[in-house]
Amino acid sequence: MNEIILWISYLLGSVSFIVGLKMLSHPESARRGNLIAAAGMTLAILATLFFYRTPEGRPLHNIPLILAAIALGSALGTWGALRVKMTAMPQMVSLFNGMGGACAALIAVMEYEHYLVQGPLVLSTISAGLIIGGISFSGSVIAFLKLNDNLGDFRFKGQNILNALLLVVLLSLGVALTFQTYYSPVLLFGVAALTLLYGVLFVLPIGGADMPVVISLLNSFTGVAAAFGGFLYQNQVMLTGGILVGSAGTILTVLMCQAMNRSLMNVLIGNFGGGQAGATAGVQGSIREIQASDAAVLLAYSKKVMIVPGYGLAVAQAQHTCHELEKALEDKGVEVKYAIHPVAGRMPGHMNVLLAEADVPYPKLLEMEDANAEMPATDVVIVVGANDVVNPAAKNNPASPIYGMPILEVEEAQNVIVMKRSMGKGYAGIENELFFSPKTRMLFGDAKDSLQKLLNEVKNL
Amino acid sequence: MEFIQPTLDFLYQHREAVFIIILSIFLGVEVIAHVPSVLHTPLMSGANAIHGVVIIGAIIVLGEAGPDNVPAQILGFLAVVLGTLNVVGGFVVTNRMLEMFKKKKK
Repeated sequence: MNEIILWISYLLGSVSFIVGLKMLSHPESARRGNLIAAAGMTLAILATLFFYRTPEGRPLHNIPLILAAIALGSALGTWGALRVKMTAMPQMVSLFNGMGGACAALIAVMEYEHYLVQGPLVLSTISAGLIIGGISFSGSVIAFLKLNDNLGDFRFKGQNILNALLLVVLLSLGVALTFQTYYSPVLLFGVAALTLLYGVLFVLPIGGADMPVVISLLNSFTGVAAAFGGFLYQNQVMLTGGILVGSAGTILTVLMCQAMNRSLMNVLIGNFGGGQAGATAGVQGSIREIQASDAAVLLAYSKKVMIVPGYGLAVAQAQHTCHELEKALEDKGVEVKYAIHPVAGRMPGHMNVLLAEADVPYPKLLEMEDANAEMPATDVVIVVGANDVVNPAAKNNPASPIYGMPILEVEEAQNVIVMKRSMGKGYAGIENELFFSPKTRMLFGDAKDSLQKLLNEVKNL
Repeated sequence: MEFIQPTLDFLYQHREAVFIIILSIFLGVEVIAHVPSVLHTPLMSGANAIHGVVIIGAIIVLGEAGPDNVPAQILGFLAVVLGTLNVVGGFVVTNRMLEMFKKKKK
């Protein structure tokens, strides 16, 4: 009877993951989808606690200890998830992902000795779980620190070669691990240590602008690591959950790379934002500032305004002020829309999450292609804290590191107002000739302050 | 060539698992194929919570640790805590993100 209850729970759990992911792909059903997957997960966990039987047929030991661990993890997880600011979501997801990777790696470390007698093929699933989970853990922690601005990019000459060498050594040792006939803690913990080191070195050189891709990739890594654990235990719900995330995560990663018109290899080994010579060539001229009062007049007498939000908006938490400005302009008969670049912010869809928080109506958010089609008919574009996603160098400067990336073609509009903290470079570390265009006016200052000033001026007109 | 036979035996021995893996790969691709970019972040976050299913492995490890095996109990405890963080944190964060997509009544 126990087996049957466990089996049915796992079946329901697997179905809930599939249905949940499917519903997460549609705006109306996304929230329910998340809750359904959570319910399925709870069921699978409870069923494991009470109905799982070891191969010898006895129930699990240490139930109080397990419950204590779950209580502790739940308290910490809920606290962290409720406390985090909306702007810091990407790094939080990265951190939780790392926890899962560490969990998979720990399982591998603990089960290795136990499964030693079963030979190389079984051991290879343990070895793979250890390596993939470990890379996911240390890589995610580095991604978290980088997104949290605790850690900058770190590059040195020959880094790619060192990383490649380290990977070869790591994989060889991982294979060696599977062919052991006796327990060698030195080899096991050596592989674990090297794995963590590799995860660190793997993510360190990758530029901040590429972090979304890295998080998505590490997310699918953890899925695969979980699936290896599922294979080891012949546990169907771990298998389906892990593989689903592994494959969906890989597709999501590829979609993100496509949005930047780059290959995954290029993201992983190309040093984006290295400030190559030639990237800045041809950018010259003078910039023109505009005062909030003049900008307000320009906006209020326009027919059509397009707002391009970027990371600066997120940092300044200016989404609510931005929405206020949009409403004030609409009251004056101006049509206002938002142009959303797929990789604006630090995560795909980051801008949508923020603007949704500020109650901006969903139909006002235009995806890149639609926004670009409307650019020539737009009177004023307001760029709020975005830089690389509106850099024309992506279209016309083959020497630029972002050449080929699809951008929002704001230079097609009649006027451009760029709100920016300073003349600093964007995350990719390159100059933006848009700022020097005769159509462009710069409005310097914190995004929230500038929007607030603009809002006051518009209301006073 | 002598490794081919054992490998095939191994795969056949785990034929159901192999079946699940292959079909799940296709399923994963299909399920998210048409996701609008607005939902990329919540989807990634939701998927992140789902791979927290690895916690079941951690529960099994800790549950199989002998009463006297303190190191295994400590490591297992840590693994369950980490797995729970992944699951609970992941679902709560996703829910918070999606709360903001709630349709407002007009």
